[in-house]
Amino acid sequence: MGEIESFFVWLNEAHGINLSIFYDAFDRSRLLRGALTTISLSCICLVLSIAIGIAGAWLQGSRVRLVRNVVQVYIQFFRNTPPLVQLFFFYFALGSILPMVQDTHGADVPLISNFGWAVISFSFFAGAFNVEIFRAGIEAVPRTTVEAAEALGYSRLKAYIWIILPLAFRVCLPALNNNLVNLVKTTTLAYAIGVPELFYAAAQIWSEVLNVQEMMNVLLVAFVAIVGAVVWLVARVERLLRIPGYHA
Amino acid sequence: MTTQTDLPVLLPFTLGSSATPRRKACLLRPATWCSILVVAALAGAATANASASAAIVSGVIPTMWKWAPLVLQGFAFNLLVSVLSMAIGTLAGLFLGLAQVSLYGPVRRTSWLATQFFRNAPWLVLLFYCMYLLPFEIEIFGLTILLPAWCKAVIGLSLPVMANVAEIVRGGIQSIPLTQWESAEALAFSRRQTIWMIILPQCLKRMAPPWMNLYAILTMATTLVSLVGVQESMTMTRAALVAEARTDLFIPMYMMLLALFALYCYPIARWTQRLERKFAVRD
Repeated sequence: MGEIESFFVWLNEAHGINLSIFYDAFDRSRLLRGALTTISLSCICLVLSIAIGIAGAWLQGSRVRLVRNVVQVYIQFFRNTPPLVQLFFFYFALGSILPMVQDTHGADVPLISNFGWAVISFSFFAGAFNVEIFRAGIEAVPRTTVEAAEALGYSRLKAYIWIILPLAFRVCLPALNNNLVNLVKTTTLAYAIGVPELFYAAAQIWSEVLNVQEMMNVLLVAFVAIVGAVVWLVARVERLLRIPGYHA
Repeated sequence: MTTQTDLPVLLPFTLGSSATPRRKACLLRPATWCSILVVAALAGAATANASASAAIVSGVIPTMWKWAPLVLQGFAFNLLVSVLSMAIGTLAGLFLGLAQVSLYGPVRRTSWLATQFFRNAPWLVLLFYCMYLLPFEIEIFGLTILLPAWCKAVIGLSLPVMANVAEIVRGGIQSIPLTQWESAEALAFSRRQTIWMIILPQCLKRMAPPWMNLYAILTMATTLVSLVGVQESMTMTRAALVAEARTDLFIPMYMMLLALFALYCYPIARWTQRLERKFAVRD
């Protein structure tokens, strides 16, 4: 480690490229913690948004008109308003009417932390897109398959879980991939409500060490890496779920 | 590519064909949409005031009315930024997209790399990139041009737009059958003529829906400029909330802002879907 550190100290002194995260333990731990927050925020939102998508797509096929309309309003509302304003609405507006609770030290803290609001906001945002994606996937399942399931005595819910969803999920993986990448990129907005994620950590470092350009590049590389990981993961899932001969 | 036949057996089998009775995605009529938003805003105001006295309830609407011009002014600025970024991004993206189908390998690879880079970087990071790293004034031929913060923000937003437009253009060009290129070649069109006179005009129809979709996304992304210190509708809303210092205003004021964007972006989304459907039938 000593060699790496001295190399980056030399890089700063000789060329003015100040990558403090490689020789300053404090900056490094800040950035790593930020990266961890971004990753956990992304993972939680990813799972929740997919759950919302699956549930919403099922509700959209409901026989009750009111349920379908409610889902439609939800989708259109979250798709057509800025995610940043949604986040502020959740954090500042809805957060202001929730009661304060006491933490273990006896201090008053809000019921839902800024991290919690970020999770809620981004999950609903990405979930709205996921509902549409899953609906498209469900429409791609041949009608005959659904009828066969009905003939075998499956209820609507059981047919959805055991027959339609497994097939639809495979169809909508490419679109889902796109949306999940988008979700990871959207998590940077949590910076605005003070969640110490990657972007927030980087902004803290560059405002103290004054190495904006270097940190920007670190940030871009980090996001390319995280997005790459998501794309790779979805590709793996896609290969894992492939049914030979079923679909092109 | 398909032979003329009316025998169902001979038709190509596609999953989710038109034979599937699909439930029509119930789109809301704009009027329904407006009334839902208004009701939601009022309901939000009402819930926020459920415990407060009636006097405060009556104060919410007039206060919102008082600040509405300021917020609308900010929203107009959002629209200005979105139109400018879209114009710059579309122009740059068109050429970046064309570079991706270039015959020269290095040009093709470089433009592919640039597209992927700007498409996969978060918008906020690119915006900060431009805000911090562009100079506040540039000198061209001894002429000093000031670059105010909002101009840098426009450039910062047009970068991801450029990359997305490039993908749309590339996709559009590649969706045109190869036979079109071949017949153009047979008619002795040069490559440039083929692209500008034969391929691109045919792409326009296919590129319109994703392009409009991108515009709606961009319009929503313009709120990001408030984070880099440019004043727009969200800055105005927050300023109004600070000035009033009333917690019961939070929900209705943010609802008003959300409604503004929804009222602007929803018709675009609807129109996009209509175009998509229309073109899908003809293809």
